[in-house]
Amino acid sequence: MRSEVVVLSVAFGYLALLFLIAAWGDRRAEQGRSLIGSPNVYALSIAVYCTAWTFYGSVGRAAQFGPSFLLIYLGPTLAMLMAPFLIRKMVRIASAQRITSIADFISARYGKSSSLGALVALIALIGITPYIALQLKAITVTHAVLVNYPDAGDLRLANEPFWLDKSFWVALVLAVFIILFGTRHLDASERHEGMVAAIAFESLVKLVAFLSVGIFTVFVLFQGPGDLFARVAATPALASRLGLDAVPGGTTGWVGMLVLALLAFFSLPRQFQVLVVENVDERHMARASWLFPLYLLAINLFVIPIAMAGLLLMGDADPDRFVLTLPLSASLEGLPLLVFIGGLSAATSMVIVETIALSTMVSNQLIMPLLLRTRRLHRSASGELAGWLLGIRRVAIVLILLMGYLYHALVGDAYSLVTIGLVSFAAACQFAPAMLLGMYWRGAHRRGATLGLIAGTLVWAWTLLIPGFAQSGWLDDAFLELGPFGIDWLRPYALFGLEDWDIYTHSLLWSLSANLGLLVGVSLFSRQSPLEQTQAALFTEALHPNLLETSLWHGQTTRGELRSLLDRYLGTGTTARVFADIEPRERDAEQPATPAQIARAEQALSGALGNASARVLINSVVRGEALDLESILSILDTTSETLEINRRLEQKSSELAQASEELRAANERLRELDRLKDEFVAMVSHELRTPLTSIRAFAEILRDSSDLPDEKRVHFLDVVVKESQRLSRLIEEILDLARLESGRLTLNPQHLDLVALARHSIDAVHHMQADRGVTLEVAIELEKAPVVGDPDRLEQVIINLLDNAGKFASGDDAKVRLSLLPHKRHYQLMVEDNGPGIGEEERERVFEKFHQIQDPEQAPDKRHGRPRGSGLGLPISRGIVAHLGGRLWAEKAPNLGGACLIMELPEAPPDTAEPG
Amino acid sequence: MLSAPRRRERLLALIVLAALLFTPPLVLVSDRALAISWLPLYLFIAWGLVIGLAAWLMESPTIRKPPEE
Repeated sequence: MRSEVVVLSVAFGYLALLFLIAAWGDRRAEQGRSLIGSPNVYALSIAVYCTAWTFYGSVGRAAQFGPSFLLIYLGPTLAMLMAPFLIRKMVRIASAQRITSIADFISARYGKSSSLGALVALIALIGITPYIALQLKAITVTHAVLVNYPDAGDLRLANEPFWLDKSFWVALVLAVFIILFGTRHLDASERHEGMVAAIAFESLVKLVAFLSVGIFTVFVLFQGPGDLFARVAATPALASRLGLDAVPGGTTGWVGMLVLALLAFFSLPRQFQVLVVENVDERHMARASWLFPLYLLAINLFVIPIAMAGLLLMGDADPDRFVLTLPLSASLEGLPLLVFIGGLSAATSMVIVETIALSTMVSNQLIMPLLLRTRRLHRSASGELAGWLLGIRRVAIVLILLMGYLYHALVGDAYSLVTIGLVSFAAACQFAPAMLLGMYWRGAHRRGATLGLIAGTLVWAWTLLIPGFAQSGWLDDAFLELGPFGIDWLRPYALFGLEDWDIYTHSLLWSLSANLGLLVGVSLFSRQSPLEQTQAALFTEALHPNLLETSLWHGQTTRGELRSLLDRYLGTGTTARVFADIEPRERDAEQPATPAQIARAEQALSGALGNASARVLINSVVRGEALDLESILSILDTTSETLEINRRLEQKSSELAQASEELRAANERLRELDRLKDEFVAMVSHELRTPLTSIRAFAEILRDSSDLPDEKRVHFLDVVVKESQRLSRLIEEILDLARLESGRLTLNPQHLDLVALARHSIDAVHHMQADRGVTLEVAIELEKAPVVGDPDRLEQVIINLLDNAGKFASGDDAKVRLSLLPHKRHYQLMVEDNGPGIGEEERERVFEKFHQIQDPEQAPDKRHGRPRGSGLGLPISRGIVAHLGGRLWAEKAPNLGGACLIMELPEAPPDTAEPG
Repeated sequence: MLSAPRRRERLLALIVLAALLFTPPLVLVSDRALAISWLPLYLFIAWGLVIGLAAWLMESPTIRKPPEE
């Protein structure tokens, strides 16, 4: 069954199936029922990452270097987790700018620079062609193994003329496929739906094929994984291959490989193609970010078992071929063929996507800019150039495949599969700094990117590519050991004396250091052109929701000129589509084109020719300042600053709310004060009126009744005198209060002895208290209590306190107690009574003006012999004490159980206590 | 329901977790030479865990913002 005819017909039959699927996909796309509008298809198309290198090479790498092969897939797993951030941004940028390839992306970011685009295309061509060669080689080798087993395949391969090499014919068929399905539209930014459908199908085929071999190996050749690993454990030479010791470069090699795979996943041209250019809907990113890693896990699940089984059963045979030779050794017929088809699908899918990506780069970034410089092109007839462009792309496809084939035929077997793959990965990594940094750092400059790319690529070539040539026998490999011209520190695998590193990590470290260092360093000292500034802003702000939709063009041209430009390059069909919405009556060729029309024309050209060329062409017909860059930049800066401004506004408004709250509180306080003032006036009037009324009443009685008995007259006159005294005392108090509150109270502070003062005050009130029937207790144990104060005022305060206490002392044994105690360098004068006391909530209010304590049981004025106070004594006392630096407050009396008022004054400084 | 900023935070945390799981020194812990190294098994388990968490996170419904204009 493994005859040449069967194998060939199955292989080419499979390719024919791909044609059918792709044609079907394109038909469905034309009917508007897209086959690829599903996140699952998107995830499967990303699996183009798994090439023949994965399919055959992983097993080889696992057999030699243990689990390090997994890093090639853990890197992309990390990368895909970042997809909702990173790749979504790339997709936004690409669709806004009609990006066609990674070279176009980098060129557009750095000011639509055609030289930078050309550089990226060139590096991709050099770095990736060996990778295409690798795929073709895998097809040739596996075909030979399949047909010649158990003979070794290589023996015949070397002598074969190319027309007998199957991979040559496969390459030709693929060229036809790519030309048919990859260059259907001139606009390369449009999706190749048929091709993507075929790629997704191929991803399924290779997964099924690999899983089949895995299951066969573990469950048919062995009795399950337990059996297999028990036998591995019994073979010490194998058991040691599964640990970290087998990984080249140890832990640094481990991390290096992870970073290499992570960066390469973003920057390989074919990954950019499927991830960004062919993305249908950015919401597919969410599913793909876990489904694609799951695919990777599934396809790697059996790699170690197959490698171990191969080492156990086949011994020294080439481990890159275990996937095929294991089922062959069991004399199976169908499975090896399935494996061959799986490998073929892995190889062809990679070749297809990579070739499309490379050919777009070559035509748009390398050839178009050159053609645009020749005058002849501008004079060609309408639509002719559109044909030219597609022609260029098709020739590029054939040439790229031919180069790949030549590389494969010439370099031959010098490298194992994995080695070529990793060399290409390291080349693609050189795009990562310019691409990723450019998306987040506005300052990244074209010159920095160019120099970084050149330096990184040179270091890559010296540390990986050229040594590879040497090992293929093309060069004398003495310089690997001794360095060029005997210069020791320039040895490719130990640059600057960095010995014993894994060669890929070593190369990655030096090339990325040079690349990134120059990119950052040069950018920091360069000034961007306005166009580059704009593009940098458009790239870094791409995820901003309301990024400008405004038109960028402000130059002048006529519709006729614009239309004929598009006619020449894109053909009349496309031109009609671009200008479809213009009313027929407006189709006056002499009318000036609107900015929106110019922008649309540039976009259409970008999709076909790349950003740099489109800009050159539009500039050739638009006169004047084509692009109003200043205003665009200001718009962009505005959008990026909007968030900051919003934040500040929010802060301001909260400050404002706080201020208005304070204002409201102040207003409230003012109202309260106003109310208090009114109350005060009312109270004062009332207080003044009461004695006045009684004076007037008694005076009238005295005037009108001349026959009053003498004792009555004396009593009435007595009342008039008392009330007048009360009145003048009240006025005195009000004046005191007014002085206190306005701060004009003049005090005469001097050193005095509080003990003497207290005794003096007691003497003054003693008589009056005795009249009221109040017993006055005095508890002063101090000899002296020096304080600073105004003796008259202080005496007023003490008398007031004693007087108050006397009024409230109750019962038959009414008592007032005065005590004087030192307290923490202060003196406390306490006056208590045995009255009803002051409630907790009243204790501060007694110091309010005109406040009268309401006694619910005994209205104080009903009690005989208790005169009412004015309600000003305590506020005045507190004001005086406060002026002297002391405090006055009310408490519950500790001894007598009634109210207690405490005056506290600071001790006078000792040195001045005795001034004489 | 998950708000979009919260999902972004969780995804960032997951990326950090995955990076830690896939690199030394955590990788070294599992590299114990008993009969055969546990390293491959550890890697597959960690990998599967990360994928499972990502799937759970990305497939859970989010509060959709009104479409951006």
